[in-house]
Amino acid sequence: MADQTPRPEQLTQVDYRPKGKSWLDPHVDFRKGTFCYSAAPKNLIYLGLPNPREWQPFDHDWKLPPDWKETILAGMKERLERFRSFRLFMDICVRCGACADKCHFYLGSGDPKNMPVLRAELLRSVYRRYFTAAGRLFGSAVGARDLTEDVLKEWFYYFYQCTECRRCSVFCPYGIDTAEVTMIARELLNLVGCNINWILEPAANCFRTGNHLGIQPHGFKDSIDFAVEELEEITGIRVEAPINRKGAEVLFVIPSADYFATPHYYTLLGYLMLFHEIGLDYTLSAFASEGGNFGLFTSHEMIKRLNAKVYAEAKRLGVKWIIGGECGHMWRVLHQYMDTMNGPADFLEVPVSPITRTRFDHAASTKMVHICEFTADLIRHGRVTLDSSRNDRWNVTFHDSCNPARAMGLLEEPRYIIRNTCRTFHEMPENTIREQTFCCGSGSGLGTDENLEMRLRGGFPRANAVRYVRDKHGVNVLACICAIDKATLPPLLEYWSPGVDVAGVHEFVGNALVMKGERKRTTDLRGEPIPSAKQEPAHA
Amino acid sequence: MKAFWSLVVVLVLAGIAWAGAAVTLLKPIFCMVVPALAVVIFLGGLVAHVARWARTPVPFRIPTTCGQQRSLPWIKASWIESPWTRTGVVVRMALEVLLFRSLFRNTRGAMTTEPVQQGHGSTANAPDGAPVAARLVYGEQKWLWLAAMAFHWSFLVVVLRHLRFFLEPAPAVVGAIAAVDGFFQVGAPVAYATDVVLLAALGYLLWRRFNDAQIRYISLFQDYFALYLLAGLAGTGVIMRYFVRPDIVAIKQMTLGLVTFAPVMPANVSPFFFVHLFLLSVLLAYFPFSKLMHMPGVFLSPTRNLANTNRMRRHVNPWNYPVKVHTYEEWEDEFRDKMKAAGLPVERA
Repeated sequence: MADQTPRPEQLTQVDYRPKGKSWLDPHVDFRKGTFCYSAAPKNLIYLGLPNPREWQPFDHDWKLPPDWKETILAGMKERLERFRSFRLFMDICVRCGACADKCHFYLGSGDPKNMPVLRAELLRSVYRRYFTAAGRLFGSAVGARDLTEDVLKEWFYYFYQCTECRRCSVFCPYGIDTAEVTMIARELLNLVGCNINWILEPAANCFRTGNHLGIQPHGFKDSIDFAVEELEEITGIRVEAPINRKGAEVLFVIPSADYFATPHYYTLLGYLMLFHEIGLDYTLSAFASEGGNFGLFTSHEMIKRLNAKVYAEAKRLGVKWIIGGECGHMWRVLHQYMDTMNGPADFLEVPVSPITRTRFDHAASTKMVHICEFTADLIRHGRVTLDSSRNDRWNVTFHDSCNPARAMGLLEEPRYIIRNTCRTFHEMPENTIREQTFCCGSGSGLGTDENLEMRLRGGFPRANAVRYVRDKHGVNVLACICAIDKATLPPLLEYWSPGVDVAGVHEFVGNALVMKGERKRTTDLRGEPIPSAKQEPAHA
Repeated sequence: MKAFWSLVVVLVLAGIAWAGAAVTLLKPIFCMVVPALAVVIFLGGLVAHVARWARTPVPFRIPTTCGQQRSLPWIKASWIESPWTRTGVVVRMALEVLLFRSLFRNTRGAMTTEPVQQGHGSTANAPDGAPVAARLVYGEQKWLWLAAMAFHWSFLVVVLRHLRFFLEPAPAVVGAIAAVDGFFQVGAPVAYATDVVLLAALGYLLWRRFNDAQIRYISLFQDYFALYLLAGLAGTGVIMRYFVRPDIVAIKQMTLGLVTFAPVMPANVSPFFFVHLFLLSVLLAYFPFSKLMHMPGVFLSPTRNLANTNRMRRHVNPWNYPVKVHTYEEWEDEFRDKMKAAGLPVERA
């Protein structure tokens, strides 16, 4: 943590009483640590996006195209006609304020424009001015604002200060979803080239190589081979991890962080062990080497462009159905967008677990199953032997990642797996889990270091609940099923709640999994000694 | 200032009606032309706006799931909070519309420096004297829900009670509602519980816009305006019922005349009635162009009225268009040599 980073007791000096002028004043102070840098022109050029140029948010001149205003207004009009959600959410908010303190960024910063209602008003005020009679007639008297460069800059600041976590939409009496508003606002910003590098670089990499870091196919194979070798050292078993193998039954798509970052990597080891042990006929793909989709943080069109490879690769390889790994926003796309955008997947079959014969009817159309659904089913049918004592060094809590919780309803499957692979588990307080879960504060492409202060502020409500169970129950690990969580929660917890690690659910599976012919495990997947590996294996 | 000017506007509107009541020539305008016009604007605007929403496509199925999805048969799924059947969606919407389910979840976050009650041996707090980071705690916050329920339901009952002015004979159900509403009889005339509740709820909703710094900050002119308008409407109604009794028979003749397109001018009616009727007309005409459209809008909200059947059944986007993608062939062309060297299978050698 850099020295200039404020200390926790300073960051929690949050004053929730709004100060200063009316929110209609768009002026934004681009203070270091609270915003993300602009996207490099090469990434815009690669993706064919408008207005590539060198610029930074703190510059006075953003080098906007001369007709930027017309472009934005035409873009708004088009989207008002295409998205009922957008038009409705612009029209019906009553500003009751129920959403105000539901946003992690507002709770952590006290900046009134981080109240979801005001975040939407930033756009709504322009909608009023140009698309409603009252706004045209009465202007600022009824909260309408002209679209000016200052307003555009304010949009950039606050719509890249929303993680599209949808927590506010749970509390809104009309279900107004700020994620939807933010997605549209970012589409508009993208029309005039106002985007951030931490989103567009992964997107451009993903478009070219298939994954966010730009790892080429041979590099992908190296990473997987390395994992296979490491597993052999730990278990004495050499697992198969086929890549681009035609005719496999299942295509397995994971977020790329699983093979290049820790603690994601231990999750990958868990998957590979499990698939070996049950003898799953599957393949990875070096082309579909990323389930994550930063298009979700750019535009609906970009979601579709980046997601297309999943079905395309399933078709090329001739698999029957698809399993997806642990990743939050990836599953938002897979669950709520993929089939509509790139389906129908009529060349695939309704997923059936070859081990338990369970038919996953809830995925009958997309033909894609979440790894936690797949594994929970295996455990339920007693098809894997688990020694949960091997995870005894962990006192576990579970963090519901925003998208699986509020865009899928995947709540019980991971908990069931944890309860069967770990012996100590404590829930965080009720209004911080499940559909009320708090974001890590770094989702939707904001997890970059220059944005650290805002990430720490936005992550505070999450970390606050973790600190609570740490202090109350001695929790020392937070389990989650999201690659962004795994990347951004370790520094967040180190800052707010030291002594709590972060792990994927399938890391616990890997540790607990008793494999046929394995050597006696002396270390867990992290290479840490297993304290007492002598108890009887817990039943599955 | 917004709170002040919106009050001024409502008072001016009331004043116009009051003055109109004194001018014989203007009476037909306030009693017939304005209300008729208001009803036309209300119905026309409402239909036009709802039709525009309805015409706008729902490209993606984006329910906000507030409970366990339906997946494996042995996991108990939440058929209301994450519905997968039509019935589930209808019940979810009914809870939202009739009981304000989402608002009922409301909490209030606050910072505290009190330490956590420890269930564990370890000491987790900073050494004595060291600065402590605050922590967030959440309290129940049901007042907004209560006031919203109180307002909407009593307003509905008041509207239903008013049907007796528009239907002859008044349906039995209207009489029954009035009887129940007047159950807590206080003096004569019978005091309606909803009159009290309605004014109290409006008072609370207005008070929190003044008193709560966050809500004050987000409130616009139109937020106060709607509340003042409703308060003016309810207030003049209450005045006429309990304090300055107008000629009810004459009013009923007039209202019946309005709805039967056979206008009758009442002879001598209290100016309060003019104000009451005029504010109602303003409310009706204002409704389709305001946030009050949340009433029909909530039924169309895609995060609430769609089933979480995303992976079960395909949702079709009517404007789905082809996009530029990076194909496997293009990808292999770029990396073929490296793939071959690494022993990965390729399509074209």
